[in-house]
Amino acid sequence: MSTTEQYTPIEQTGVGKKAAGPVGWLDDRLGLAGVAKKNLRKVFPEHWSFMLGEIALWSFVVLLLTGVFLTFWFQPSMTEVEYHGSYLPFNGLEMSQAYKSTLDISFDIRGGLLIRQIHHWAAALFIAAMIAHMLRVFFTGAYRKPREINWLIGVGLFSLGLVEGFAGYSLPDDLLSGTGLRFVDGLIRSIPLVGSYLEFFIFGGEFPGDEIIPRLYMAHILLIPAILLGLVGAHMLLLVYHKHTQWPGPGRTEKNVVGYPMLPVYAAKAGGFFFVVFGFTALMGALLQINPVWVYGPYNPSEVTAGSQPDWYMGFSEGLVRMMPGWESTFFNYTWSWNVFIPAVGGLTGLFVVLGVWPFIEQWITGDKRDHHLLQRPRNAPVRTAIGVAGMTAYGVAWAAGGNDILATKFHMDIYTLTWIFRIGFFVFPVIAFMVTKRICIGLQRADANRILHGYETGVIERSPEGGFSERHAPLPAAQQYTLTAHDRVPVLEAPAETDANGVAAPHSRKEKLRARVQRFYYRDTLDKPTAEDVHHAEEHLGHHDGHPVELGDEFQGVSETGVPRVH
Amino acid sequence: MSDELQPVADTEPIKDPGLAEHQFRPQDVDEAQAKRTERQIAWMFRVAGLLFLGFCFAYFLIDIDDTFLGWSAQNFAFGMTLGGGLLLVGVGIIQWAKKLMGDHEMVEMRHPSASSDEDRVAVMKDINAGIEESGFGRRPMIRNSLLGSMALLGLPAVVLLRDLGPLPHGQRETVWKKGMRLVNDVTGTPIKPSDMQVGQLVNGQPAVVYETDADGEPVLHGTELLQVKSKASIIVVRMRPEDVTPSKGRENWGVDGILCFSKICTHVGCPISLWEQQTHHLLCPCHQSTFDLGDNGKVIFGPAHRPLPQLPLGVDDEGYLIAMSDFPEIVAPSYPELARDQKKLDNKS
Ligand code: HEM
Ligand code: FES
Repeated sequence: MSTTEQYTPIEQTGVGKKAAGPVGWLDDRLGLAGVAKKNLRKVFPEHWSFMLGEIALWSFVVLLLTGVFLTFWFQPSMTEVEYHGSYLPFNGLEMSQAYKSTLDISFDIRGGLLIRQIHHWAAALFIAAMIAHMLRVFFTGAYRKPREINWLIGVGLFSLGLVEGFAGYSLPDDLLSGTGLRFVDGLIRSIPLVGSYLEFFIFGGEFPGDEIIPRLYMAHILLIPAILLGLVGAHMLLLVYHKHTQWPGPGRTEKNVVGYPMLPVYAAKAGGFFFVVFGFTALMGALLQINPVWVYGPYNPSEVTAGSQPDWYMGFSEGLVRMMPGWESTFFNYTWSWNVFIPAVGGLTGLFVVLGVWPFIEQWITGDKRDHHLLQRPRNAPVRTAIGVAGMTAYGVAWAAGGNDILATKFHMDIYTLTWIFRIGFFVFPVIAFMVTKRICIGLQRADANRILHGYETGVIERSPEGGFSERHAPLPAAQQYTLTAHDRVPVLEAPAETDANGVAAPHSRKEKLRARVQRFYYRDTLDKPTAEDVHHAEEHLGHHDGHPVELGDEFQGVSETGVPRVH
Repeated sequence: MSDELQPVADTEPIKDPGLAEHQFRPQDVDEAQAKRTERQIAWMFRVAGLLFLGFCFAYFLIDIDDTFLGWSAQNFAFGMTLGGGLLLVGVGIIQWAKKLMGDHEMVEMRHPSASSDEDRVAVMKDINAGIEESGFGRRPMIRNSLLGSMALLGLPAVVLLRDLGPLPHGQRETVWKKGMRLVNDVTGTPIKPSDMQVGQLVNGQPAVVYETDADGEPVLHGTELLQVKSKASIIVVRMRPEDVTPSKGRENWGVDGILCFSKICTHVGCPISLWEQQTHHLLCPCHQSTFDLGDNGKVIFGPAHRPLPQLPLGVDDEGYLIAMSDFPEIVAPSYPELARDQKKLDNKS
């Protein structure tokens, strides 16, 4: 493992001699060597899906950098001024300083437009990467003990990320952002009992007031980024403390972690990746226009553009609001606006609560209190995977409903019919998705078992003396076989005891019964991996299959995870 | 019961064959190949450097309103040089790591996340000692009074926020009042019934929006203007009188089939704009709530609940359309006190 012996001792190298002074000076004061000793060569496992979190991290850094640039010129003020800048169509127009300064950044500050566009693209990428990262954590079971707290931190990052994005979107005070704020105003008003108070306190009076943009600015450039930074830091610290999860495979166990050392390989790859993300967003900023505020014009509460859309990550919330029937009721002399409150406030809160409690619910169902460092393939947790896909389907339906007007015109459909399809689909499609996904998972499990027991199809067709054709199977290499079986068995479920040892009704019997039911639902139909006996049996069969085992040519390089032979 | 769900031991079908043998890369075994890779990567960094220089040239040489293939030439040049350079640096570093840096897979053992039992016991002891020595348990008076004062400290924190904004007020009223003229939203000119054809829709504002003072300065501007518009904006439509079925008490709210409604959606307040002449339906572009203007602004589809408030119309001495009162119903999105406020409005009229 340790290969230090091959290297020249650092004290004897040129760099070592030069660095000894300043490094020594620092270490005298900070004792850094103690920390660095454990971490500089820390091992990180590799897999493409582990990059998703990195994309989120680096786009956050891009947001910080470009955001600082924008603050040099942006003026968060709703005071009316007359425009006399480079964008001639607006010459002499009255607008807020916020909008004017956004035009100035776009038209009069060299590079301003580029940085604005990078900032906006990076925001869209940030949230997308975060969601993709969250899905990978979900579907591989990476959130299981001991990583539940990091999952919760992640949910916090996700929710704050959305708020941060929305706050930023509102700052330029153009027609779209004002329309978005109007929506938020309606949403705040819909909060039972205290809605009007919250509205007046947040907006500093009646909508739109002249406080909301300065206040959102403070939240957007100070409050939320500071919290995000703290949470990202905690997220990374926990990652280092727990060490990254890894995929099962030869030599990879629950007790170790196999991969490349942080210094130099992992640090170089991750650091290089930052430049890739930054470069990628910069090219987007160069080539793809985003949020051209001068097309929309300044905010005017009596104007709206048809087909106005929020940023993509708010689409599902928008869709929930569009799907909701117009329910409102009056009791206790108060108005209760369910039509806004349930989809807008309830929808967002519901999403985060469900995400936040899921690891604990699953733990309660399975009763599994062990630490887990090996990831699960989604197929090996069919019900979890199916629940995840059902959730994504519901999200997708809501998201599509957020563009129902655009879809209706695109597909020449009646908007009311379309809305009804979404209303029903929101409840029906996830159920279908659940059933289909679960079937697929179990089918894949069966295919895995087959590959373990009967090997893979070589593509060699044989003709038997009787004239029948068959395809030759060859056993998978041991490493492959091991990888496919390196996961937990399906536990044997027991019915909870109805009575205790003395025949007295057990105290928690009700709760236990419920749990047993959910547990059965969770594990039902899940295929267990073959036993040692199965494998032994199959080996004999495969080996002596019509008398001669399959010869594997010299060029044979093993098979890929999907069972296809690898050729170089 | 939970811990019984352990996998049955030793039924594992396949033994762990252990870590695969190390695979050498072409660069590890062929020094010429390694040199070639090194040169390639170095070129990426050099080109990146040139691109960054190019960025600076572009900054000083390209004019702000030059265009290139329809793009702003500056934006294009800045983005391509910066983005291209950054990508090259990134790809170069990653290639370096992948192809040339040592690629020994290492194995590190994990440690339990939990601390050891001894540590836990030691910490509990220390905490206990702390509690004991502070007398936190033994001196309830001092403890409770401290807790009490801490709880009260919450009050100033909340009270301090009081001046974030005024208390809710004035949500019932708009600037409309008896005698105020309806004016065109774009031109500010007052509207005569004869200006409007059947089927036509005009976006309007209360006359006060365009009023100027003695110096010719607008009376309303800035935030105040936006606040007024976000409640008092209207639409004026002319329908055939036989297509309108006014509910009781509204029979004389129109003038020759000309009716006036709030433009502000009762859902979350978008200005409503899509008018279908044939059906008299008005569709909100934000969430597609649809209101039937022939039937007193009733909601016929979508998430809005309350009908669009209608403004009673009349004609002044000069023949211009005027309001006969403020809106008898509350405009803009619902809020908790709406039911109460509506009652007050009803009592007033
Ligand atoms: C600002 C946003 C975020 C950043 C910058 C970020 C970054 C990262 C990075 C770089 C890793 C290690 C590499 C990887 O596994 O991809 C990681 C791990 C993790 N993240 Fe995030 N993440 C963010 C949001 C989230 C969200 C939204 C969740 C879930 C709700 C989440 C849950 C986790 C968990 C549980 C781990 C540990 C996974 C493991 O070790 O396999 N993170 N995060
Ligand atoms: S604001 Fe009109 S439907 Fe939502």
